[in-house]
Amino acid sequence: MFIKPYGDTSDDGAVQLSFTLPVKNSGRAKEAARLYVQKLGFKKVDVVHAAALSGDFTFFVAYGKTDISLDYDKVEYAEAVDKYMSMDEVNDFIKTHFKRKLVIVGACTGTDAHTVGIDAIMNMKGYNHHFGLERYPMIEALNMGSQVPNEKILAKAKELKADAVLVSQIVTQKDVHIKNLTELIELAEAEKMRGKTLLVMGGPRVNNKLAKELGYDAGFGSGTYAEHVATFVVKKLYERMTSRK
Amino acid sequence: MTPVKSKLGLSRPKIEEARELAAEITAPVQQFIDAHTTVTVERATLRLLGADGANADGVPVPNLVAAQCGDKLAGGAASFYLNALVKLDKTPAALNKEIEKGLNICEIPFTDQKRVQKKADELVKGLDARIAGNVAHRNAKLKQYKDKFKSPQIYVIVATGNIYEDVKQAQAAALRGADIIAVIRTTGQSLLDYVPYGATTEGFGGTYATQENFRIMRAALDEVVEKEGRYIKLVNYCSGLCMPEIAAMGALERLDMMLNDSMYGILFRDINMYRTFTDQFFSRMINTAADIIINTGEDNYLTTSDAVEKAHTVLASQFLNERFAAGAGMPNRLMGLGHAFEMNPDLKNGFLYEYAQALMAREIFPEHPLKYMPPTKFMTGDIFKGYAMNTLFNFVSKATGQGIHLLGMLTEAIHTPYLQDRALAIDNALYVHNTMEGFADEIEFKKGGIIQKRAQLVLDETIEMLGEVKKHGLFTAIETGMFAEIKRPRDGGKGFDGVYEKAPGYYNPAEAYLKKKLKVGK
Repeated sequence: MFIKPYGDTSDDGAVQLSFTLPVKNSGRAKEAARLYVQKLGFKKVDVVHAAALSGDFTFFVAYGKTDISLDYDKVEYAEAVDKYMSMDEVNDFIKTHFKRKLVIVGACTGTDAHTVGIDAIMNMKGYNHHFGLERYPMIEALNMGSQVPNEKILAKAKELKADAVLVSQIVTQKDVHIKNLTELIELAEAEKMRGKTLLVMGGPRVNNKLAKELGYDAGFGSGTYAEHVATFVVKKLYERMTSRK
Repeated sequence: MTPVKSKLGLSRPKIEEARELAAEITAPVQQFIDAHTTVTVERATLRLLGADGANADGVPVPNLVAAQCGDKLAGGAASFYLNALVKLDKTPAALNKEIEKGLNICEIPFTDQKRVQKKADELVKGLDARIAGNVAHRNAKLKQYKDKFKSPQIYVIVATGNIYEDVKQAQAAALRGADIIAVIRTTGQSLLDYVPYGATTEGFGGTYATQENFRIMRAALDEVVEKEGRYIKLVNYCSGLCMPEIAAMGALERLDMMLNDSMYGILFRDINMYRTFTDQFFSRMINTAADIIINTGEDNYLTTSDAVEKAHTVLASQFLNERFAAGAGMPNRLMGLGHAFEMNPDLKNGFLYEYAQALMAREIFPEHPLKYMPPTKFMTGDIFKGYAMNTLFNFVSKATGQGIHLLGMLTEAIHTPYLQDRALAIDNALYVHNTMEGFADEIEFKKGGIIQKRAQLVLDETIEMLGEVKKHGLFTAIETGMFAEIKRPRDGGKGFDGVYEKAPGYYNPAEAYLKKKLKVGK
């Protein structure tokens, strides 16, 4: 099935854009914006708004239509888990299959000081009426907070014999998160933790595909709740446990 | 304090009870502070006396001197620096060059104390003149351009990592209508136990706070001040392991505001509590001397915990911040106590609760330029919903007379703001604030209605919490997780090894100057 954006008619290819050009606001600047959007491949370009941000910059809102379509059947993307369980289902699953509490350690590592993501997943209260892992009776959850060195989170994971490590990265300017996340994988490799302890990463600019590429077991982006991460962790651990037998 | 008729029906005796509890809670902490110094208090003192620069490895001169002093810091680092100036007969700039090259000033034999004191008097006089000059300049500009003073003041952030890019964005924002520009620090700077030197162009999620970067941005904003006929305030972050040093740099370079909280570093950066309490006191004296408005960080309680359930932790912290600041000689007009609009947008009547709490803060702290923070926790990447949430935030801020209004960005949770994001946010705020200019005077609230009851409940819960904290003592309260549900042991955290009990005969002419000027510790 080939798809295109939908504005107000099937396959009209309507797209809304907004952007800034480094020129003074003028009729010429507006024409430049129109030509630029045209160069991007859009047809029937309409620059509907132009406003000076300063003497040197102008902001534009534009609409255009595109001919480009995409074969949706050829799009490949694997979610970390197909079907998510609720908190109660996760707990029952752990009781039935593991007969012990699972240990999960989480932190914002490197220099990242933004704990909003890891807090949403781990803290008792959770986020948006989805309880965090600390609330799960069958999970022993430790949130180490912000700016935790990679060495420290792995050492803690070893000490507690953690089943899974959750790493959150919010600051992604200039791809600083990639370097830190890669370093953690290398350390885990050196400590022979890969393949034993589950390594899971999260953050607004993170997804499962990127996580896999970097060597993590899974990655979760924005819109993730604790039960999503918990479902992945218990199912993956169960899969490993049963495949070893 | 001017009594304000409460639209919320808040009980005056209850407010006084909360203030009394805060005074009792902070008193034993202040006793600890008075008996201690820290490595960064000593480095800040050196900076105030003229220590600056860095060696070839980038180690700043104040850190070189502190390392030379070692445990002798307990007696005060200033005497070594002053002694070297006297014995070598050098200016601070010339002595700094020698220290950069490796001179160990702690090995220089002591001259007599009178000559050291005379040198101290001379340098302190110069320091006082520089700070007074900055204050006079700011006040003159504020007076000259008072017609353009907005209420609330519009505050935006720049965070490119490159001070020269920051300049472009800051100037654009100021020209568009922003009154206050904050240069966010690079991620992780709060945990550096030194302040980097010179102009910087590499940072992540922010730009290094350095004295040179302060100067560059100050000059850029001063250009806009004259072009626009409006004074533009500059903000940086007086927090982390170098809190008092940043204060010193800000006082010297005419910053106008500093993020500065008495407990933020302990709870959210795992900095040792003794270190933070001692550092906040010295830094607040510097900020007060330089007429710099502090912004406290209570918004963080609400991003960590639930904004409805934990509203009282914000008010409790505001009372403590107020008391600690007063202990450092700070007048109410410099206390930008923080709070935030962080409730879940799906909550029924959430707007009424936000309104109630913002007005409650205004009524309880009538002279304070309250710092109101925008929604961040429930910003999702849906920029259109985010813009709507920011509109309601702008409304509450104007309706309740907030002082410092940090604009929400529609792209919060996506990236550091684009040039256009900031402009759209300013347009939104200017529109809302103008269209409802007289609103606050027009409105009253139903007696016993949702809004009144909400504010009264939060005040009651705050008194209950402060009572508990008082019972255990503040150190134990923090150890047991009474703030932000975060537990911090008193001898744990970063920077604990940089705390020193003041030795008998502790000598610090900058501290003596500040205490005298601000009438502290009488």
